[in-house]
Amino acid sequence: MRIKNAKDFWAGLMFLAFGVGFMVVARNYAMGTAVRMGPAYFPTVLGGILAFLGLVVFLRSFFIRPEAVGLFRLRPMAIVLAAIIVFAVTLKPLGLVVSTILLIVIGSFASHEFTWRAALVLAVVLAAFSVAVFFYGLGLPFNVWPAFLE
Amino acid sequence: MDLLGNLALGFGVALQGINLLYAFFGVLLGTLIGVLPGIGPVATIAMLLPVTFTLPPVSALIMLAGIYYGAQYGGSTTAILVNLPGESSSVVTTLDGYQMARQGRAGPALGIAAIGSFIAGTFATFLIALAAPPLADVALKFGPAEYFSLMVLGLIAATVLAHGSLIKAIAMVVLGLLLGLVGTDVNSGVARFNFAIPELSDGIGFVTVAMGMFGIAEIVANLDTAEKREVFTAKLTHLLPTAKDFKDSAGAITRGTLLGSALGILPGGGALLASFAAYTLEKKAAKDASRFGKGDIRGVAGPESANNAGAQTSFIPLLTLGIPSNAVMALMIGAMMIQGIAPGPQVMTEKPDLFWGMIASMWVGNLMLVILNLPMIGLWIKLLTVPYRLLYPAILLFCCIGVYSVNNSTFDIFLMVGFAVLGYVCVKLACEPAPLILGFILGPMMEENLRRALLLSRGNPMTFLEKPISATLLAIAALLLLVVVAPAVRQKREEAFQE
Repeated sequence: MRIKNAKDFWAGLMFLAFGVGFMVVARNYAMGTAVRMGPAYFPTVLGGILAFLGLVVFLRSFFIRPEAVGLFRLRPMAIVLAAIIVFAVTLKPLGLVVSTILLIVIGSFASHEFTWRAALVLAVVLAAFSVAVFFYGLGLPFNVWPAFLE
Repeated sequence: MDLLGNLALGFGVALQGINLLYAFFGVLLGTLIGVLPGIGPVATIAMLLPVTFTLPPVSALIMLAGIYYGAQYGGSTTAILVNLPGESSSVVTTLDGYQMARQGRAGPALGIAAIGSFIAGTFATFLIALAAPPLADVALKFGPAEYFSLMVLGLIAATVLAHGSLIKAIAMVVLGLLLGLVGTDVNSGVARFNFAIPELSDGIGFVTVAMGMFGIAEIVANLDTAEKREVFTAKLTHLLPTAKDFKDSAGAITRGTLLGSALGILPGGGALLASFAAYTLEKKAAKDASRFGKGDIRGVAGPESANNAGAQTSFIPLLTLGIPSNAVMALMIGAMMIQGIAPGPQVMTEKPDLFWGMIASMWVGNLMLVILNLPMIGLWIKLLTVPYRLLYPAILLFCCIGVYSVNNSTFDIFLMVGFAVLGYVCVKLACEPAPLILGFILGPMMEENLRRALLLSRGNPMTFLEKPISATLLAIAALLLLVVVAPAVRQKREEAFQE
């Protein structure tokens, strides 16, 4: 049998996996009864519903009108997520200024029209902006400079 | 009626200097993000939530509300001048608005959009003031069974009115409900689905979910598609529509306002649905529909009035029942909870200054928007020339700082990355993320009310059908589902969304 609607095929599988996943993990908690529901009761019911809906979407994908999944462009996705992860890792040890510059420069690579000049200028401007607004203006507790310098 | 007294109280609050300032800040920011394609009100409100911690509750809510309806104004500017919807609710405005701009009538198009929106906003504000108290009275009589059924109805309606596949939308709601349950169970104290990660035992912050699924995933989706913008700035001398324009669009504004107000109240409704429906209605109502799509002013006036009316009246279920009707309202609930206010019918009686102040501020904000939009249009056009490659890194930064500052936790940033991946996958698989956010907010509330209702009925599930209000609500939900599943209507619905 051929998959007709690839979007629904994968969406159905995803819902099925989430539904079953929640039901399996919920087995670690007490079920209780309808009168006194335990922590597992509601998630188990919902997980069951989700798994069922996923199954329907999955099976339906063999019959309804064809639809291909659009191309996954992994490059911009990977770069943007990498930039965020670098920001998260460096924020506490290296401070707001360094991590902002890293985020902006790495993140800018995701665009087709990347230029070093524009990325660096933007990084410095936004670093200054975030220190001014978030640290001084709103008083959010950040390390501004790397911890080893202070 | 003490409507006048209430409104006087409200305007007293709304006209205080600090609240005027935050209303102004909100509508300004709303217009800004409305003008800029690629960033919507959901991501912006999520970004600003941590900041509202430090504000007084009234000012915080006034500002956040301003962002939402401000975005409806700003979105039309981009739609008319660039043929790109600044917001999803101004998609239909591109049809006739851009054509008007090409014919050198960008000014009247922008003018009628602003004026229509203001009229709609004024009407919707008074509708809220009139309708909210009786609705809240009804809601105060609700027990857990009624609340549970109401939430079922709200979620079903939200999926029925959302575009795309119904069954996938329902699955997204259920997934949202489940994700909302992550964290410590209030009744038993058991930490659920936390995988021994201490940060997860407090639950997943919904700012994290919203930013990941809307903010970051939107950026990535936008980077996928190459941008091309062509701004019409040549002739923008006269903004005021002519007398004939006013005469032509008066009916459209009236119909758009009424339709938008009605659709805004419905769960799942709000600005987006209102604008689509209004455009269809205008085409049906017109004697000569041949000019639609070629620069008919009614095609701008109707949808623009409707989306603003819908944006306003979608506050009615939030303020009276404590139930969000769309993703933005879900964030407003979050903002109220951050401030320690339990959303629901009691807000009106316990915090009248907050309630009426917010309503009055909507009218004040609408007035500000007309003043802001018409003379400052040149500034907004300049902003449109900022290329996306400079814009998205800034959005990225604000998302990261926003998520981090809720709990000062870098773990939340990693979690946001996870939701960004989920959001991107969902977009690619044609699953709407908005129903998931609704479910996410309602998850814990639904479980709590289900538990209480069944405890009171000694475990008898028939309690939901035996109580008349609850049974009615469930019947409406079932009817909605049936109507959509019925093949004839299904076809109509697809047509309506394609237009």
